[in-house]
Amino acid sequence: MCHIILLGMNHKTAPVEIREQLAFACGQKVNPLHILPHLDHVNELFFLSTCNRVEFLFTCGDLHGAMQEVKALLGTYLGTSSTVLKDAYFYIHRDLEAVQHLFRVASSLDSMVVGEPQILGQIKSAYREATEYRTVKVILNRLLHKTFSVAKRVRTETSIGSCAVSISYAAVELARKIFGDLRDKRVLLIGAGEMAELAAEHFLAQGVRNMVVANRTLERAVELARRFKAETIPFEHIHDALKRIDVVLSSTGSPDPILRYQDVKSRMRERRNRPLFFIDIAVPRDVDPKVNSIDNVYVYDIDDLQGIIDLNRQGRKKEAERAEHIIAEETLRFHEWLGTLNVVPTIVALRDKAETIRRNELQKTFSHLPHLSDSDRGAIETLTESIVKKLLHDPIVFLKKKAERETKELFVDYTQQLFNLSDGAEIAASSLNHVNVVERDGGDLLDSLKK
Amino acid sequence: MAIVLRSVETGQMAVMNSQLALSFFALVLVTTYLVVQIRLNLRILGSFVSPLAVIFMLTSSLLPSDAIPKSGAFHSWWIFLHVTALFIANALFALAFSAGVMYLLQERQIKRKNFGFLYPRLPSLERLDEINHYCLIIGFPLMTGGLVAGFAYASLIWRSTWSGDPKEILSLVTWFIYAILLHERLAVGWRGRRAAWLAIFGFSAVLVTFLGVNLVLKGHHTVFVR
Repeated sequence: MCHIILLGMNHKTAPVEIREQLAFACGQKVNPLHILPHLDHVNELFFLSTCNRVEFLFTCGDLHGAMQEVKALLGTYLGTSSTVLKDAYFYIHRDLEAVQHLFRVASSLDSMVVGEPQILGQIKSAYREATEYRTVKVILNRLLHKTFSVAKRVRTETSIGSCAVSISYAAVELARKIFGDLRDKRVLLIGAGEMAELAAEHFLAQGVRNMVVANRTLERAVELARRFKAETIPFEHIHDALKRIDVVLSSTGSPDPILRYQDVKSRMRERRNRPLFFIDIAVPRDVDPKVNSIDNVYVYDIDDLQGIIDLNRQGRKKEAERAEHIIAEETLRFHEWLGTLNVVPTIVALRDKAETIRRNELQKTFSHLPHLSDSDRGAIETLTESIVKKLLHDPIVFLKKKAERETKELFVDYTQQLFNLSDGAEIAASSLNHVNVVERDGGDLLDSLKK
Repeated sequence: MAIVLRSVETGQMAVMNSQLALSFFALVLVTTYLVVQIRLNLRILGSFVSPLAVIFMLTSSLLPSDAIPKSGAFHSWWIFLHVTALFIANALFALAFSAGVMYLLQERQIKRKNFGFLYPRLPSLERLDEINHYCLIIGFPLMTGGLVAGFAYASLIWRSTWSGDPKEILSLVTWFIYAILLHERLAVGWRGRRAAWLAIFGFSAVLVTFLGVNLVLKGHHTVFVR
């Protein structure tokens, strides 16, 4: 029996230091994919490391032995001397749970910011690496391809990806609705609150290259400017800076508004009325609410943004439920496929036997009939092939159909006795490589049956 | 297809009564939209343009369909130029109108911080404004050219450029509306809400000129169009 195991840690189970340590060890010391040949019990291995998670996905025959090996591997990565290797940091999912977990991760349901799109790309590149090391074979190959399609399905059928759930993310989304492309826009950061920093980071991630920082204390401004590759301007100049700025992120501790109606209004003409977007995260507010009434000027304060988030959160909950439903469905489908995998060795054995008989008999016949021309031989060869194929067609379809039932063991057993095949388990390992072939043929057969 | 065939059959453009003119305009509108769609790839614009085209088609079927007698006056390159340029210009203005409506809807949602069904579906404000802008800067020269062709043609057959016909007056009014819009946009930097409103206003003027005059008022365009 083949098991699919997923062992990992994420932002919920392990503190960042541990994740960093593990990710660093895997990246720098020895790539776990490199180790696979030295692991006796692990058949296939897939390894994913991002800033929020480290996951090992593997298949094995012997559950206990494989777990021991992988844990020992983790021990060497984290240093056995340290007491960090606590089971509490890890979660272990088996078989269907593992499949489901992988689907959820790829669909970004398990992410820190649910719905963020990067994770799928990270899984894809991890998969590419695993294929380079040839550590994914039949099962994981299929599982990962399925994962990609599930993630895609979730993305297209639900709108989980379009719900902004953090203030900074909501602000960036709004800016995109006003400006479209943010790459050639300028962002002015007034004050240096933590939230404003976070928002600035989001803008940076959206491709904003032009940032300006204004702060009352210069050191802090310089520090931020270095971090965001921005220029600094004196705090007193912010009003004039409005002429060449598109987005203002404000979070000062000022008790009175620092940007008033007249300050903005008088500069709109010089801006040629290009839209201006104020994101006011400060409490009390930095931007006079009246500014919002100026044409082509949009002011959002923290409550407005919070309102969007609450709205999105409700929407997201519903979307997440739909996404979970899709995942449950796809997990079940994968389970069915895994089930058909169990009958595959028997089918392969059946085919092998028939093929061996055909070849032997053909050889005997040909040795008695030396006068046959090449084309005659070819015709006879084709004839025997099609007889074997047609004869085996029904039993194979029957087995595949039964593969999804609980009683499949019984049918597999009968088939083996009926055709006097060797035990399925022995040939299982070698025949797994044929799975794809059988899979393809069988799929066609099943399709034609359904019609 | 039927419109094209009819044009070929009668040997002149199929714009000789209000019904034909309107359905022909719907065709030009959809074609123009498709060209813009290929260039800008903005599907949602279609959901605003296609109802417009449908309305034109429906209205056209309600209008009288008696064709006016053929006359030699129609065979001229001037009139071909006049009709084609104006129709394409009007189609572009119709697109600007749609973009303007979309802009106002989207702007309202963002300004009032009240997000509805359309919010995630509409493109960004700047994008809509851009479309408005491009339709205007392409449409306006076409309109100017079309009008000039019309006047040239008039002076050719009636020996007078200006005859105080209501359609001529309204056309000039429309032309001025768009001229103001273009000027404000290029020189003063109008954009956004006001520009969107003016684009909507301008297109209403186009409709009045186009239909109102044909149906209600009399003038010497009625020689062509009843």
